[in-house]
Amino acid sequence: MTLTIEARGLTKRYGDVVALNGIDLAVEEGTVLGLLGPNGAGKTTVVSILTTLIEPDEGTATVAGVDVLTSPGDVRRRIGLSGQYAAVDEHLTGFENLDMIGRLYRMGRRRSRDRARDLLDRFSLADAADRPVRTYSGGMRRRLDLAGALVAEPQVLFLDEPTTGLDPRSRVGLWSAIEELVARGTTVLLTTQYMEEADHLADDIVVIDHGGQIARGTADDLKATVGGGRIEVTVPSEALAVDAARVLDTLSAGDVHIEGRSVTAPISGGADALGEALVALKEAEIDLQDVGFRRPTLDDVFLSLTGHTSDPTNDTTIEDRPARMVEGVR
Amino acid sequence: MEEVLYAVGDGIAVAKRNVIKIRRVPGILVSVLISPILMVLLFAYVFGSSIDIPGGTYREFLISGIFAMTVTFGATFTGAGLADDMQKGIIDRFRSLPMSRSAVVFGRTASDVVYNVASLAIMAATGLAVGWRIHDGIGPALAGFGLLLVFSYALSWVMAYVALLVPSVEVIGNVSFMVIFPLTFIANTFVPAANLPTPLRIFAEWNPVSAVTQAVRELFGNIPPGTPEPGVWPLQNAAIYTLAWAAIIIAVFAPLAVRRYTRVGVRK
Repeated sequence: MTLTIEARGLTKRYGDVVALNGIDLAVEEGTVLGLLGPNGAGKTTVVSILTTLIEPDEGTATVAGVDVLTSPGDVRRRIGLSGQYAAVDEHLTGFENLDMIGRLYRMGRRRSRDRARDLLDRFSLADAADRPVRTYSGGMRRRLDLAGALVAEPQVLFLDEPTTGLDPRSRVGLWSAIEELVARGTTVLLTTQYMEEADHLADDIVVIDHGGQIARGTADDLKATVGGGRIEVTVPSEALAVDAARVLDTLSAGDVHIEGRSVTAPISGGADALGEALVALKEAEIDLQDVGFRRPTLDDVFLSLTGHTSDPTNDTTIEDRPARMVEGVR
Repeated sequence: MEEVLYAVGDGIAVAKRNVIKIRRVPGILVSVLISPILMVLLFAYVFGSSIDIPGGTYREFLISGIFAMTVTFGATFTGAGLADDMQKGIIDRFRSLPMSRSAVVFGRTASDVVYNVASLAIMAATGLAVGWRIHDGIGPALAGFGLLLVFSYALSWVMAYVALLVPSVEVIGNVSFMVIFPLTFIANTFVPAANLPTPLRIFAEWNPVSAVTQAVRELFGNIPPGTPEPGVWPLQNAAIYTLAWAAIIIAVFAPLAVRRYTRVGVRK
């Protein structure tokens, strides 16, 4: 097995703020590593170091066998970067953007042009090729940005939150473009704050928070660590939610979480366990407005690892609730 | 040697992009087209109608000053453009490419020569329309335009460095107002330096903006007959003094700007 990306002990501080605290990474050739974490976890800092935009304070890294610290120029020849902010020029057309990038990869006039047309076709941008990017939709800009990262057919592709802010349809479109690249043998390091995205695209996942690694493994490994499935019930009041949580806690395989009038409990044992839980709730005379059973998502993994969800806008943690309710569950 | 050729190619690719933007961004187009016309018309008619210069027309005297002032302010455009780039995602793209580390700043200053050529052409046409004439032939006049371009190219490097230190379009605007405004007015651009109060006169006599204005005036043949010879070395040898300033500015600020670009961190 060849490691295409290898990093050891990457550390970066900004004054007193530790952005990265000793991150290790190993990505095999032709695989996708998902770097998962909330905003501010240090994902972009990792990508910036590996793409030679910044230097780490400590640690070493090689990309495609080349040391990022001693030979940054050689690394740049072998990588493509598609950032969180679409790195395309608004006032240039799609074609002009890609052509310029080709020239800057020193591909020569002819090859740059051919490659630009080729990529515009491949990303369904041929019709918009000669319009200024300013007139593009968000999804089109991201596709163009991804195309920009592919101009020199890089061995290694870094995608920093490639779908943040995209509508679901554009997101799925970008996913299939990425999958196609991986099928052709490109090694990808992808950062995301969407569990679904890591689940969908990544072979291996490293979960980071506050600059440190908190878990790693395949999506299935990580899900296994939080138990089999999830039962979710919704009850008529928040007071009843506490009661329901207490009932479910006796059957649950892990920590029970309350959110408003909903209770989520990890259980092992599939449908039988679901039946048991429903009987127990009925015996406790708790009315149920809604019941669901689902496989664990990476959101559950994140919640159990960090005590907060991955979505910063929906960061209701069990710690944030009144102590009484948490106590009530125990 | 090969590396140098590549670096020049990279600079051209970046400059090409900037030149495309001059055509496409409405704000830039206005400043490259309209403001030079306004400058010439305003100064020529407002001041040109009320001030007399013995032995010549003030309007002819004035035009070189307006040229010098406009290309000096043109350096602001370099700073603003670079500051704008530094705030956007495109700079991360540039920094992740195997291109020459100096290409972004070289490309920027090079494309601003194009910008200044356009400004000067428009100002010259407007000047001709309001009665300004070249009196010593086309050769010296072209040398005059060349000198203006060299001078503004050097100043572009100063503003490029400022923009890399403080990548904010607003700050660039303030710097240009507080520094370039006095620099272009405490000079012989609009009135002969000899008429100024002593401290200002000394500043004006050594001000490179005065030298470039004086040199261009001489090359265009716009010095009114009977004007006394300037009393100080910089104005007696205005072209040499201007070129010396340009050389020193580029020698100091080009390496500073390139080094700053390679060290500046990515936007957080």
